[in-house]
Amino acid sequence: MLAYIIRRVLQSLLVLLVVGLVAFSMFRFVGDPIDNMLGQERTVADIERLRDQLGLDDPFVVQYWNFLEGAVQGNFGISYRQGRPVAEIIADRAPATLELAAVSGILALGFGIGLGIFTAIRRNGFSANLIMTLSLVGVSLPTFLIGILLIYIFSVELGWLPSFGRGETTQIGGWSTSFLTESGLKALILPAITLGLYQMTLIMRLVRSEMLEVLRQDYIRFARARGLREKSVNFRHALKNTLVPVITVTGLQLGSIIAFAIITETVFQWPGVGLLFINAIQFVDIPVMAAYLMLISVMFVGINLIVDLLYFAIDPRLRIDGRH
Amino acid sequence: MSAEPVLSVRDLVVEIPTRGGLLRPVDRVSYDIGAGEILGVVGESGAGKSMTGNAVIGLLDRPARITSGEIWLNGERIDQLSMRELRKRRGKQIGMVFQDPLTSLNPLIPIGQQLTETIREHLPVTAAEARQRAIRSLEEVGIPAAAERIDSYPFEFSGGMRQRVVIALALCAEPSLVIADEPTTALDVSVQAQIIALLKRLCRERGTAVMLVTHDMGVIAETADRVAVMYAGRLAELGPVREVLTEPHHPYTSGLMGSTPLASKGQPRLHQIPGSMPRLGALPDGCAFNPRCPKAQDKCRQNPEPRIGPADPRAACWFPLGETA
Amino acid sequence: MTDLPQSPDTPIAVKKPSRLQEIWASDFLWQFRRSPVAMVSFAVVMLLVLSAVFAPLIAPHDPFNPATLNLMNGFTPPGEANMFTQDTFFLGTDDQGRDVFSTILYGMRISLFVGFAAVLLAMVIGITLGLIAGYVGGWTETIIMRVADVQLTFPAILVAMLIFGIAKGFTPPEYRDQMAIWVLILAIGLSDWVQFARVVRGATLVEKSKEYVQAAKLIGRTPFAIMLRHILPNVLSPVLVIATISLALAIIAEATLSFLGVGAPPTQPSLGTLIRIGQGFLFSGEWWILLFPSITLLALALSVNLLGDWLRDALNPKLR
Repeated sequence: MLAYIIRRVLQSLLVLLVVGLVAFSMFRFVGDPIDNMLGQERTVADIERLRDQLGLDDPFVVQYWNFLEGAVQGNFGISYRQGRPVAEIIADRAPATLELAAVSGILALGFGIGLGIFTAIRRNGFSANLIMTLSLVGVSLPTFLIGILLIYIFSVELGWLPSFGRGETTQIGGWSTSFLTESGLKALILPAITLGLYQMTLIMRLVRSEMLEVLRQDYIRFARARGLREKSVNFRHALKNTLVPVITVTGLQLGSIIAFAIITETVFQWPGVGLLFINAIQFVDIPVMAAYLMLISVMFVGINLIVDLLYFAIDPRLRIDGRH
Repeated sequence: MSAEPVLSVRDLVVEIPTRGGLLRPVDRVSYDIGAGEILGVVGESGAGKSMTGNAVIGLLDRPARITSGEIWLNGERIDQLSMRELRKRRGKQIGMVFQDPLTSLNPLIPIGQQLTETIREHLPVTAAEARQRAIRSLEEVGIPAAAERIDSYPFEFSGGMRQRVVIALALCAEPSLVIADEPTTALDVSVQAQIIALLKRLCRERGTAVMLVTHDMGVIAETADRVAVMYAGRLAELGPVREVLTEPHHPYTSGLMGSTPLASKGQPRLHQIPGSMPRLGALPDGCAFNPRCPKAQDKCRQNPEPRIGPADPRAACWFPLGETA
Repeated sequence: MTDLPQSPDTPIAVKKPSRLQEIWASDFLWQFRRSPVAMVSFAVVMLLVLSAVFAPLIAPHDPFNPATLNLMNGFTPPGEANMFTQDTFFLGTDDQGRDVFSTILYGMRISLFVGFAAVLLAMVIGITLGLIAGYVGGWTETIIMRVADVQLTFPAILVAMLIFGIAKGFTPPEYRDQMAIWVLILAIGLSDWVQFARVVRGATLVEKSKEYVQAAKLIGRTPFAIMLRHILPNVLSPVLVIATISLALAIIAEATLSFLGVGAPPTQPSLGTLIRIGQGFLFSGEWWILLFPSITLLALALSVNLLGDWLRDALNPKLR
């Protein structure tokens, strides 16, 4: 088992190195960093100083190494557009995205698994069928349209909830949170639903199909034949087996919430990292793009790793296989 | 046999509505099983053996359902009970052993937990007592070092051992009836005899009635007290196992015996019943067996075969072999 | 000698198209006729595709010809006469007096063009890489499939955004708007090849082990060429299914990118761009500028999706 974990960690590091190479190449080769960083009024001395500072004359491998070294320390250079260190900009913006993603993730996971179980158990019930039909529409509905629809209903027509921004935030240390004010919480509702809905639909459909598969198994029949309560059959025997395959996909889905936050943040003008990234693409602000790519990769690879380890916790068969 | 049978099935009919019409996988079947008695139920695949067992324990898969007949268990009628009442009797009064021990146990739950949850569901015992009982029942089915292995997962046992665990699970709440649905089919031949012997011994000791569903005449010959032969959802023959095997009354039983290696010892070659069992949607008029029957006459083609029950003639046949010979 | 290479593959080559014909002739159409969902979605897709193709004939106005535009016509509600010019527009006009119905037709043209082109690109890349990975094996296969795995870890839309951003960086600023559509196709196409590659690689591995490939080697034919003829017919149905579902995803991806402002530029608005523009009028009451492009996009995405779903069930029940 330990060998397996070590192998997975090494694989993850390799992936990160490759992504790092992509990020670095972007930084180095897309456009001329000098052009991008210095304005029109520049002297030869300025250029020389910056070339030296950026190490642009070093061999490629050295430059790559320096880039990685900086990245590990959270140093991604200076934003072309804002002229501030990228790390600082991202640190400012990260709490907004992380809070939004966390709330959406919990919504998606909770309702996704819950509704998935419900639609599997009540396979032929009216409400289960209704939910399934709606979910098909939900999968085809682009996220930004959902957001616009919600804004139209709850902000324009009903006027209940704000249509943009985070509301009032409270500073705790370096972290700005919108959890502590009423306007902050209100502002969170629509974006969180928009972001979570698509993932929820996917998780729900997955849980449902896996659960239906499990409910057909012999051990479920046997559990029934032993007179166990439906609750125990469904939630103890079936759910546990359902969760094993669901975990991988769900883990990845939660990861993509961070990525999909880009769309939601644009619709709701949510001042997070996603909005930052979109603006960076629009203005070809390479250091910000590279940093975002690195950060999101770390997150994805981390989630992948956690998912693999969770497998061990749930499925005893793997624990044994790994021991050999 | 005691005066009152443990299980009493009367004119049981199971129907499946399909687009092509109503199918009857179980058609007016009647039999009794007494305490400590083993009733073997044989027949080809699709003859309605398993469906009968599932009907008794109330685990028919929709859209199959019991449409008429009665099922009495320990003097109580159970075919009309609510799902909830029926559930309380499953495990406690009726135990069930499935065919494949590899798939009958939940792979993610240790066997001890699967035992204790069953015991605690049906008996008023504490967790510690349930665990003691679980260990004892594992010992009874011959799991070595039961106290240490109780927290093992199913995949840590061999197929034969798992089937022992399944039997322990079926018997742990001390039911008065056990339905064993092809309990040895999925096992190695070397293990089959052990499992059958175990099942037989445990039920004899406890006076449990057993309904042993199988297509293996050899198993029936070794184990059962009485045998019920099913054909196309109907009972073809029902009687004490020695008599039925040595002197079958129904031509189908006779053909079945002829095509079983064990029972046809000494014969130069195996007999084969011509044709195959009709699909349920395409049953012939008259006796269901008549197209394949060597002795079929006009009466057989026009009239449904006579019904048999515990008190009636042994074979559902207009011209039983023993009498016309 | 000229006849010799033909013999090993002639019988198979004859068999394959007949299987395909069978599908088309019997089962496939029969299932199609029996599925109202499939027929309705097919009809909607055809209607939308045809009206996009013939947009210049159908559209009452040319929204990109400034000469025909009259700013006075701006914000005309659908079906009502403009208070200044007395012109009426079926679906109203936007802020610049462009006929919404016409912009939708032209926008759909761009959306569909990008969608089809991107799927085509993904298909070509995926099939080629899948074939190479499956056939060559070894290092090449490992690298291709590892890249595929890594890419699959990231949401396609994110990959597309990145590629768009990088490609935009390489494009000189003065050409960026002009090139945007092609960059968009490249980005979506590159983000979506993995599925194709996986299916084709799997089929190639199966075919490679068959005896006729050995036979082809013996008689000195390049097995690669022969496999091409045998694998493509085999993977045709899964590829078709994936292509249809990819088309729906590509249309949504295009709309999303354009909506985010990193896709089709306002000078060449796709449906996504139109929705982006329309969103600005959400609060001011000109609902039609937003609503009609949204409905069109939804109808397009939903019907292609349903068609793909049905196709998956009809052609290959095993593909999940």
